[in-house]
Amino acid sequence: MTNPATTDRLSDRAAARIRWARQLERGFVLAAWALLGLLAAVFLALFAGVLQTGWERLQPDFFLTFASRRAAQAGILAAWVGTLVVMAVTAVVAIPLGVAAGVYLEEYARPGRLTTLIEVNIVNLAGVPSIVYGLLALGLFVRLLGLGASILTAGLTLGLLILPIVVVATREAIRMVPQSIREASYAVGATRWQTVWQHVLPAALPGILTGIIIGLARAIGETAPLVTIGAVTFIAFLPPAPFSPEAPFLSFDWLWAPFTALPIVTFDWTSRPNPAFRPNAAAAALVLTFLTVVMNATAVWLRYRLRRRQLW
Amino acid sequence: MDTMRRQQQRWRHRWETGIEWLLAGAALVAVLTTLGIAAVLVAESLPFFRVVSWRSFLTDTQWTPLFAEPRFGIGVLLSGTITSSAVALAVAIPCGTWLAMYLSEFATGRFRESVKPILELLAGVPTVVFGYFALYTVTPLLQKLWPALPGFNLLSAGLVMGVMIVPYVASLSEDALRAVPMSLREGAYALGATRLQVAWQVVLPAAFSGVAASYVLGISRAIGETMIVAIAAGQQPRLTFNPLEPAATVTTYIVQVSKGDVPYGSLSYRTIFAAALVLFLLTLVFNLAADWIRRRQRLHGRVL
Repeated sequence: MTNPATTDRLSDRAAARIRWARQLERGFVLAAWALLGLLAAVFLALFAGVLQTGWERLQPDFFLTFASRRAAQAGILAAWVGTLVVMAVTAVVAIPLGVAAGVYLEEYARPGRLTTLIEVNIVNLAGVPSIVYGLLALGLFVRLLGLGASILTAGLTLGLLILPIVVVATREAIRMVPQSIREASYAVGATRWQTVWQHVLPAALPGILTGIIIGLARAIGETAPLVTIGAVTFIAFLPPAPFSPEAPFLSFDWLWAPFTALPIVTFDWTSRPNPAFRPNAAAAALVLTFLTVVMNATAVWLRYRLRRRQLW
Repeated sequence: MDTMRRQQQRWRHRWETGIEWLLAGAALVAVLTTLGIAAVLVAESLPFFRVVSWRSFLTDTQWTPLFAEPRFGIGVLLSGTITSSAVALAVAIPCGTWLAMYLSEFATGRFRESVKPILELLAGVPTVVFGYFALYTVTPLLQKLWPALPGFNLLSAGLVMGVMIVPYVASLSEDALRAVPMSLREGAYALGATRLQVAWQVVLPAAFSGVAASYVLGISRAIGETMIVAIAAGQQPRLTFNPLEPAATVTTYIVQVSKGDVPYGSLSYRTIFAAALVLFLLTLVFNLAADWIRRRQRLHGRVL
């Protein structure tokens, strides 16, 4: 026989506990929203601060003049050209190497010690601080190979830096390609390389492209490795043009030219005690942020489209 | 006819083998890079360790490479690194975990799919821009609350570093939480658990190795972060664990020397390689630990 009073008290307690659990849950969700709001506010403050200080400097002149000792006349011509050419070298280094390494690990490598060694190395390299790459470049490219603080050195350094990103993206994209496509190719007598080159790589291309864009967006904002290899902050000329009207028409002299880059001038202007340079720092930071956000947004959009238009 | 075909086949075979070697060579670049880093750091810091003993390097409480009688105690720089990283992780770990739990267990699929890309965009903002933000926006704000706060301080740099790492920890932890099999959640719901109870008592413990791996990677990031501290935390080496003070970190020191404040080829110039060696070894330990934890989870996950 149960005592009705006891069950009443029991269900009261159960109801109270349920209420408490619900309140806790509501509290958790509210706190998560508050957190998201706070995070959004912080980033809005970041963009608003840069925009407010730097907007007035974003005139055509700012992009078309060299650095100057006078803050109001200083521009980022050498910096954005430098960033552009360094990115070109970075892409030439990182894309073939990264895609080839990804293809090897997914399509060729047999499980074993060597493969594990390569995989562990890639995981670790993805987490090595960028400034350590800068010192590798200082010791190896700048001094041992005598390349100096040149565009080539910077491109090689940043290329190595983003290599793990490209490799990981390539591997993930290749893994998404269904086995049936490979089998169909082998069935009509294709070799392994023909299968990879004519079927697997084209199918994996959007995913690989996403990884490449994310990697380059990372490289464009990297400051520390360029500082350690000794990129100059003040430069009043552009690297020599790669094309010339006379034979041999093509010249690679620009690879050995000294350079400056957007993150370098941003850092330099930011850390100057003279407050007159602050608008310049903000404007350069704005350009840099715009570039990385646009590149990353392109990658996100590409991935989104890829997911919607899945062929299999 | 037959010999021609055989020859063609032989060529094709050679071509295929050549390609495979080429691809393997590209993959080996990763190993060579690690070896290159280790070789350069060791070779360039050896002359330094011939003059300064390991013991004094690790135990000295002064870092004064430019004095007439220089002292090299890496602990001084490490104290700055540890303090700024601790502030950053105090922000990034709770916020990142909280967000990950919300996104994985509470938010609708659509909300999650629109928040995650935004987090990625924010994580992609260059660190030099975060440095500008720390120095010119966050520090003045903190000075309003705490007028005695110096213009350069570890607190502001650490806080901004934390905000930078939040998306990273949140995204990686969320992946780990969502990888927990549905059956575990359903079992808990069947027992009458609320969503919060499921998230906190079932999903989070089940995904703990993945979540822990994201913390370890966050630590590794904080230790190696350079531009934010170089801009906002000051460049004075100082043995302190007080975030309200300015202090140099290991990475700040390397930047300072590289910018040319120290004569090239001198003993103090060699110190940047010794400092980077410490940094490399520290992050190596954390990166390998994270990898090991994740591999263990993969094994564990199969049992689940």
